[in-house]
Amino acid sequence: MLIPHPLLGPRDAQEFVYLGDAALIDRPDGADIPTMHDYLYLRDNPAGEHRELWYHEQGDRSWLVVTRNTVTHEILKVELARDVARAKGRSK
Amino acid sequence: MRYSGWRIIKEALTGHKGWGPVWRDPAPKSEYDYIIVGGGGHGLATAYYLAKQFRQARIAVLEKSYLGSGNVGRNTTIIRSNYLLPGNEPFYEFSLKLWEGLEQDFNYNAMVSQRGIVNLIHTDAARDAATRRGNAMILNGADAVLLDREGVRAMYPWLNFDDARFPIKGGLLQKRGGTVRHDAVAWGYARGADLAGVDLIQNCEVTGMRIENGRILGVETSRGYIGAKKVGVAVAGSSGRVMAHAGMRLPIESHVLQAFVSEGLKPLIDGVITFGAGHFYVSQSDKGGLVFGGDIDGYNSYAQRGNLPVIEDVAEGGMALMPAIGRARLLRAWGGIMDMSMDGSPIIDKTPIEGLYFNGGWCYGGFKATPASGWCFAHLLATDTPHPTATAYRFDRFLKGAMIDEKGQGAQPNLH
Amino acid sequence: MTRIAGGLIDRSRTLTFTFDGQSFQGHPGDTLASALLAADVRLMGRSFKYHRPRGVLTSGSEEPNALVEVRTGGRQEPNTRATVQEVFEGLTARSQNRWPSLSFDALGINDRLNSFFAAGFYYKTFMWPAKFWEKLYEPIIRRAAGLGALTREADPDAYDKGFLHADLLVVGAGPAGLMAALTAGRAGLRVILADEDFLLGGRLNAESLAVGEQGSADWARSAAAELAALPTVRLMPRTTVFGVFDHGIYGAVERVSDHLPAPVQGQVRQTLWRIYAPQAIMATGAIERPIAFDNNDRPGVMLAGALRAYANRWAVVPGQRVAVFANNDDGLRTAVDLQAKGVDVVAVIDSREGGALLPGIRHLRGASVVDTSGRLGLTGITVEHRGRRETLAVDALGVSGGWNPNLGLMQQHRARPDWSDEIAAFVPARGPKGLVAVGAAAGVFSTHGALRTGAEAARAAAEALGRQAPYALPKAEDAPYRIAPLWAVKGASRAWVDQQNDVTVKDVKLAHQEAFSDVEHLKRYTTLGMATDQGKTGNLLGAAIMAELTGQSIEATGQTTYRPPFTPVSLGALGGRSKGRDFKPFRLTPSHHWAKSQGAVFVEVGMWLRTQWLPKAGETEWRQSVDREVLATRASVGICDVTTLGKIDVQGTDAAAFLDRVYANNFASLAIGKCRYGLMLREDGMVYDDGTTARLGPNEYVMTTTTANAVLVFRNLEYARQVLWPDLDVQIISTTEAWAQYSVAGPNARKLLQKLVDQDISDAGLPYMGCAEITIGGLRARLFRISFSGELAYEIAVPARYGDGLIRALVAAGEEFGAVVYGTEALGVMRVEKGHVAGNELNGTSTALNMGLGKMVSRKKEAIGVTLSGREALVAEDGLRLVGVKPVNPADAMKAGSHFLKIGAAPTVENDDGWLTSLVYSPHLGHYIALGYLRDGARRMGEKIRVVNLLAGTEIMAEIVSPHFIDPQGERLRG
Repeated sequence: MLIPHPLLGPRDAQEFVYLGDAALIDRPDGADIPTMHDYLYLRDNPAGEHRELWYHEQGDRSWLVVTRNTVTHEILKVELARDVARAKGRSK
Repeated sequence: MRYSGWRIIKEALTGHKGWGPVWRDPAPKSEYDYIIVGGGGHGLATAYYLAKQFRQARIAVLEKSYLGSGNVGRNTTIIRSNYLLPGNEPFYEFSLKLWEGLEQDFNYNAMVSQRGIVNLIHTDAARDAATRRGNAMILNGADAVLLDREGVRAMYPWLNFDDARFPIKGGLLQKRGGTVRHDAVAWGYARGADLAGVDLIQNCEVTGMRIENGRILGVETSRGYIGAKKVGVAVAGSSGRVMAHAGMRLPIESHVLQAFVSEGLKPLIDGVITFGAGHFYVSQSDKGGLVFGGDIDGYNSYAQRGNLPVIEDVAEGGMALMPAIGRARLLRAWGGIMDMSMDGSPIIDKTPIEGLYFNGGWCYGGFKATPASGWCFAHLLATDTPHPTATAYRFDRFLKGAMIDEKGQGAQPNLH
Repeated sequence: MTRIAGGLIDRSRTLTFTFDGQSFQGHPGDTLASALLAADVRLMGRSFKYHRPRGVLTSGSEEPNALVEVRTGGRQEPNTRATVQEVFEGLTARSQNRWPSLSFDALGINDRLNSFFAAGFYYKTFMWPAKFWEKLYEPIIRRAAGLGALTREADPDAYDKGFLHADLLVVGAGPAGLMAALTAGRAGLRVILADEDFLLGGRLNAESLAVGEQGSADWARSAAAELAALPTVRLMPRTTVFGVFDHGIYGAVERVSDHLPAPVQGQVRQTLWRIYAPQAIMATGAIERPIAFDNNDRPGVMLAGALRAYANRWAVVPGQRVAVFANNDDGLRTAVDLQAKGVDVVAVIDSREGGALLPGIRHLRGASVVDTSGRLGLTGITVEHRGRRETLAVDALGVSGGWNPNLGLMQQHRARPDWSDEIAAFVPARGPKGLVAVGAAAGVFSTHGALRTGAEAARAAAEALGRQAPYALPKAEDAPYRIAPLWAVKGASRAWVDQQNDVTVKDVKLAHQEAFSDVEHLKRYTTLGMATDQGKTGNLLGAAIMAELTGQSIEATGQTTYRPPFTPVSLGALGGRSKGRDFKPFRLTPSHHWAKSQGAVFVEVGMWLRTQWLPKAGETEWRQSVDREVLATRASVGICDVTTLGKIDVQGTDAAAFLDRVYANNFASLAIGKCRYGLMLREDGMVYDDGTTARLGPNEYVMTTTTANAVLVFRNLEYARQVLWPDLDVQIISTTEAWAQYSVAGPNARKLLQKLVDQDISDAGLPYMGCAEITIGGLRARLFRISFSGELAYEIAVPARYGDGLIRALVAAGEEFGAVVYGTEALGVMRVEKGHVAGNELNGTSTALNMGLGKMVSRKKEAIGVTLSGREALVAEDGLRLVGVKPVNPADAMKAGSHFLKIGAAPTVENDDGWLTSLVYSPHLGHYIALGYLRDGARRMGEKIRVVNLLAGTEIMAEIVSPHFIDPQGERLRG
């Protein structure tokens, strides 16, 4: 696979490390056990468009949010995870 | 019809006219007592034991494609019970014992072959871990032998012992481990279930669930609505999709695992070799192909196909361990969708919806579990209590902190 | 000899080779198959199940029958298709899967007993008694199965991997591919043209057609010459594109040296290429399919297109009297070409009615071949024509059941192809993005059509890049292709569908009868299409026969899944340079070479090589060295290379807040110039890593991690600062490789260091857990007063390039104290003596509570993992706790990995009380000591317990003690 890095252009997916669903951005800081459980363990796991976290470990160390179709593997969008996190209201 | 050598001779002499269909092709009835969603190994085994062992009737298996079209038809055929944790090992040992009597039980030669599985050891720490594991296996009634370097060499003298990046220091051998002809498992269970009156309905995809007041009434399918008192879902990589019909999110991600077979070769590898440090495992089929695999690709996927880096990674591991296979050729690579759970262990449990049961999260270890998975799921469906060897396979173990994490990787499915 | 005139072989040179020990001659340009056919060798192999005599069916990589072993020793290569193996001087080839010889094969008995070996027979028998499967039945089956053999010697050849980038990849150098490459290459596109053959041209080399003013093969040669001269075109003959992966990545294998006796010095045998091409053209041609009729598998029966190719390209006619059996126009070409070359064409058996008669040839229409004869080679055929049967004496039969567009690459992404009634074959529907099929691969069978569609696709590829690519097509035939499908001729005997795996029409019928009607069931039950050719010639035939049985259309019946590789790829090529020690890299510390020169024994930790122990002269057992290192360190001073520990600089105004989130214990209160032990949890509450973090300035920290987790911790820190808390002002960088770091431990550690360090490091100057940026002879360094050994200890870090110098300086300065250099084993002994956790305890399933560090987890702040570490099963009072274990009898040796059982308890899982994690011999205490996780361990101090190793059948009585075996109050390290 090739991941079109928003800063570096197309990069081989082998340079990246995969984490999983980008919903992991929404960490419920300070939440109780059931809420933290849902956050950490439950997944939508869609067959289709999936927003997911990739880390450019052998590159610029950016965490990216890649929107990718899990049926075709087509990549539709790539953003810096930091931008996505800020847009979701995450700060300090 | 009972299969036997005599029957073969008789049919051979009379033009094979007597062989009937191995299963019927029934139209779905309007209602069943039990619907098993998923006509793979686990679903078929569930239906088989539900009918035969637990004496239940009015059972249907709904399969969206052909019987055995899921992971039972695309795995690397290994059976073993070399697990570590008390939540797992009794279950897998139960499964291995069922394998040992399976063919006589369902009257089908699935070629259960206990030629042994050895997990190679390369470091002192790995030997400590293997010692712990081997002891856990024996405590659970399984068999285990700790081999030193010469013990491994005696089995496979042509492995790379002299110039290896990860020198072989020994191995943990389970002699009762081995391989099984995977498709035949699906067919044997299907045939047995059909003979016991189970309706096996192919090309019938579940498209919805009818749930009222917290109770399931039946399933919508591509062949119409079918009512059921109890619905058991055993759909492996499609778990997320199917359970979404019930509004459930699961502690599971779907990932692609590739597997490989070489061209046919004269006998080279007798048992199964697992080279964990090199992300490679291999056996040789009765037809002569080296059957091997390694890591999952690592990203969520429903594509049933993978990418080149993993193919190379697996071959690199193979060449590092067995420099004699350089001239053999990869014949076919394929991909299956694994229901990778959050701790690497499965779930066989009731759901919050009355009458709806779930069996999944097998990661890439589901094949060896097939008999016990079917038995335990049937037990749960028939009695509403978990089978004694499957009590740990609950949904709420994550909420309670009772994970069954063999690899210690935590809530990251692609690392299990 | 059956060589005729013409052909694309170099008759000026003769190459000698052997087949089954007999010597033969061929010419450059020959394949093993063409050279053997030229020597009248028709029998080249045996089939898999029935051991039927077989010759070549095809002239290409789709060959199912003529598989041979070539070369010897570690280079022995099984299952090589004689149809693609180039002849070279000294080539040795052997037939395979036969005994004792190819012409007399004892397992030919299977053919006589074929009715007992019907499809799937083995699923119905061999079940009794159960034990007999592994002992009797299976060994017989395994010995009989398999094709060629490996020698078990290591493959001596080198392989390589490479990466190529192009605007356009063209796969296949037939008319369509050549025209596509010419069009794109002339327009200046970066083009790669790959073809599996050693000679570019595809079917142009196998036909007697004209292109432009030239013969087709000559035109191909001209086109290849022009392409070779174009600066942006790379020609890759002998290169098979075997896989289509995501986003325009293609896998290809180049057979660099397989046509040579051995790789030229410095050359590889094969290269695996990863080709990145946003656009690709599949010009992979078509594959001819056979017709099923009784005994259609005898040597001498081959595909009509192959027969023609052998005549036109290799100047070989594999028979004196030839017939052709076809259901389409293309088959007739074979008869015409052969007759033009003076070959005796006995008859053309055309299953179709109507149409023009071939002039000067006995052309039977509405006819079919119903049987053949000849034990080791074809001697005759039985033809049915207008209700009459007639036997013709022929020794070669060309069969054409039509042509299938070669979908092997187009359909690898699992889209279903479309059915074309016009050519009675599947044609590509929608391939992966960026990939188009042209020419015969797209179902366009005329030469003109191939040239046109190739050029058009190249022009479109250029336009996608904003370039113009005009083209002019050379004149070429545009004959229609007419076919009237005929799949199987009715017969009483056996008609082969899959020749290698011996799947016959009867087997397909039996599968249908037994409800294995789905093509996937058909495949899996009968093994149709599972042989080395993956059903390239037989799969559609099988599906079509099944379609007739079920009454479904072929389109609805469908096909099994196309998977990579297109043709089999050697594992050597896929493995590349991964051999022996080159499998994975090693990481070496700056003082590695010094340690090596001192005779250090190394151990791998997280890819690093660390000194495990450093033997002195006269020490023969590793324990002697380790005991000495431990005792000397505790008695005076020892030096240990700890460079491999992960080091991360953490800076920024929010650095303290950041550390507070990623560590479970408190860091906000850490004073400047101090270190603190930190415990890092995973979000699920398990201990992830530990290490000390030092505060060097108001906004500047240095974190250390375990060696094994350095990369992972850094990744998680990036995650925390980019994703979880993106506005924290914190910057991190890994400095693991930037600093060489040594531990100096023992009562004389300070004295030793003070000799080198420019600053005052007295207890007042640098108290326990203090840190400072210092200088050594003016060079900057970092000094941390931390201890893993439990002794007065420091870790001193210098820029990596001074690491070698520093170890030498430390050893020299330590001489007067009798300083030792100690390795990881001594380190391990001392940390167990102190009860510190390490790898065996940090197993990813243990909580701080399990480790006896529960109080470190602060509930007063938000940090990763704290919440979920409080789940009920993780805080159970009787859960596992880290304990110390010592043998009741000091002479007893325990074994790490042993489990704990109460006295009198049966060895069952219910009684399993935990296990022994780390075991060392403490020279200080004079006996073995261990750490372990014990159920309810904190409340079992002093209890006697059995340490059981069921693998060895041993058990040791031990006592549960505190894990702090030495200096539990920590007086030494504060000294």
